[in-house]
Amino acid sequence: MSDESNTLLSLYRTMVTVRKFETLAGELFAAGKIPGFIHLSIGQEGSSVGVCSILRPDDYLITTHRGHGHVIAKGGDLKRMVAELMGRKTGYCKGKGGSMHIADFSLGILGANGVVAGGFPIITGAGLSIKLRKTEQVAVCFFGDGASNRGPFHEALNMAAIWKLPILFVCENNCYASTTKTSYACSIIDIANRAKGYGIPGVSVDGNDVLAVRHAAAEAVGRARQGEGPTLLENKTYRRRGHFEGDPQRYRDQAEVVEWEQKNDPISRFTTILMKKKILTKDLEREIAAKIEADLKEAVEFAEQSEWPKPEEALEDLFVNP
Amino acid sequence: MSERIISCSAAIAEVLTEEMTRDERIFIIGEDLVYHGGIFGQFKGLPEKFPGRVIDTPISETCIVGAGLGAALTGMRPLVDMHFADFVTCAMDEIANQSAKIRYMFGGQVKVPLVIWAPDGAGLGAAAHHSQSLESWFVHTPGLKVVVPSEPADVKGLLTASLRDDDPIIFFQHKKLFAKMGPVPEGEYVIPLGKAAVKRQGKDVTILTYGSGYYLTIEAVKELAGLGIEAEVIDLRTLKPLDFKTIAESLKKTYRAVVVHEACLTGGFGAELVARISSELFDYLDAPVLRVATKDVPIPFSPPLEKFVLPSVEDIVKAVRQVTYC
Repeated sequence: MSDESNTLLSLYRTMVTVRKFETLAGELFAAGKIPGFIHLSIGQEGSSVGVCSILRPDDYLITTHRGHGHVIAKGGDLKRMVAELMGRKTGYCKGKGGSMHIADFSLGILGANGVVAGGFPIITGAGLSIKLRKTEQVAVCFFGDGASNRGPFHEALNMAAIWKLPILFVCENNCYASTTKTSYACSIIDIANRAKGYGIPGVSVDGNDVLAVRHAAAEAVGRARQGEGPTLLENKTYRRRGHFEGDPQRYRDQAEVVEWEQKNDPISRFTTILMKKKILTKDLEREIAAKIEADLKEAVEFAEQSEWPKPEEALEDLFVNP
Repeated sequence: MSERIISCSAAIAEVLTEEMTRDERIFIIGEDLVYHGGIFGQFKGLPEKFPGRVIDTPISETCIVGAGLGAALTGMRPLVDMHFADFVTCAMDEIANQSAKIRYMFGGQVKVPLVIWAPDGAGLGAAAHHSQSLESWFVHTPGLKVVVPSEPADVKGLLTASLRDDDPIIFFQHKKLFAKMGPVPEGEYVIPLGKAAVKRQGKDVTILTYGSGYYLTIEAVKELAGLGIEAEVIDLRTLKPLDFKTIAESLKKTYRAVVVHEACLTGGFGAELVARISSELFDYLDAPVLRVATKDVPIPFSPPLEKFVLPSVEDIVKAVRQVTYC
């Protein structure tokens, strides 16, 4: 199989992994096995996987409360992720973070963040650090349409623009900020147009077309690596689940959700392309699904068999030098 | 170690020159640094000595602190200049939600070697938005270390320690201290965080203070000596971690305490000190512990108004006389 076919299959595998992980997380949550709140990215896999597919292992990424997909796409370990969601000691954060605070600094994942727009200032610092250390790394900030309405968006894009920082700002416009429609909360249709205010490139793409996302991200990352500064990339997609699991979703008609699911699912669309190219077959599709399901089953078993943290461990990890 | 009399600003420039030479990961970021040398001139000469490592920013406090944090997470050791401590409000998420919590909520995966420099305090007619003392907000935020030096030598020793520490630190220095002169050791000088200093020995009462309160206290102590009261003065220097051991040792000798700080009274750090003393040293107390602090209003502009709300030498003398029944 050619390199290109391998790459495409790898994208497919990762998208299906994200989908199945999120579906599983929803089931575990409904079964009462995950405490707190979780926010799922089902239907947004084209964005997370498309962007992360062009990143190097040493590139940085920061994400949001809806961040499982980004962590997986950057190489996050499924066992440690499930364990963290379930509050176990073996989780990424020893059970101190949960769904909204998964990080893996060894993979450049600077963390999911519970504050909407919380990633902008931090990624600016990561970009500045790259510039000061004179490496060719790139820093990616995933955020939603809702975050683009907060002040840190402005400060970060301006700062990144004046210093030409190697940052890719990725807006996942999924049509809703919590319960509020983007069309209500934003005075423009394309959030990428806000880039004009900072004199940087702004690109809107079909976020459910993983190849379009990958192509746009590759251009932006290429520019960033060459010292040409930041880009605002808007991946237009749709949030199929509620804001959080259990959200009664009074703000939308379920027919809208069904329509996106049936007509514009990023994995179905990509599957069709791969089948046409004969890169994917029904057999291979089943084989990939089975492998991912086995991995996830193993991750859940790992988490369920893992110890709970000892209560007094709540007092550890605050300071390096207490 | 030899000492000379130099200003606090000179001590700061000395520390930063030494530390930035020693560790190339240290850089300074904030507003008005390169041409102005910092709003109080404390960074003068550094932009020329360390080109590219003293970075002027737009007026974007949220991103200034966030940029420091992001750099700290990715291998650098930034010093963030807040300009005025009052502007921390524009970066509260980055300080309280992010810098303070990132190491903990990610299970100790990462160090956050970040110093946030926040010139604070009143007495300059700078009014309500440029005069506050906000240390108790940050003491109340687990994950931050809070340093409040008073004398130039303390600034040198504590700033050096802060720049070498791997945890996020908010470093409050009173604006009036930049010009203060004092003996400062030459060469490397480190004061460990979490060590208070007994700056005057006394047997009759312990005065617990920090920052600008120290200067009021040493004036008051002279008057008290005239009344035959020998006060022990403890400069706390860091509020978090707090050196309660030194406090306890002193109180077990004097049985009386007064807290002096420039932050306003209600919910101030004095309240925490009084609470801990009453719960841990109750049997040693011969009098209630009193607090001398700013009155609970924003800092007013007009000199007579400002003077009225700030703590005074007379307030300290009065409080000490009350607890010593003199």
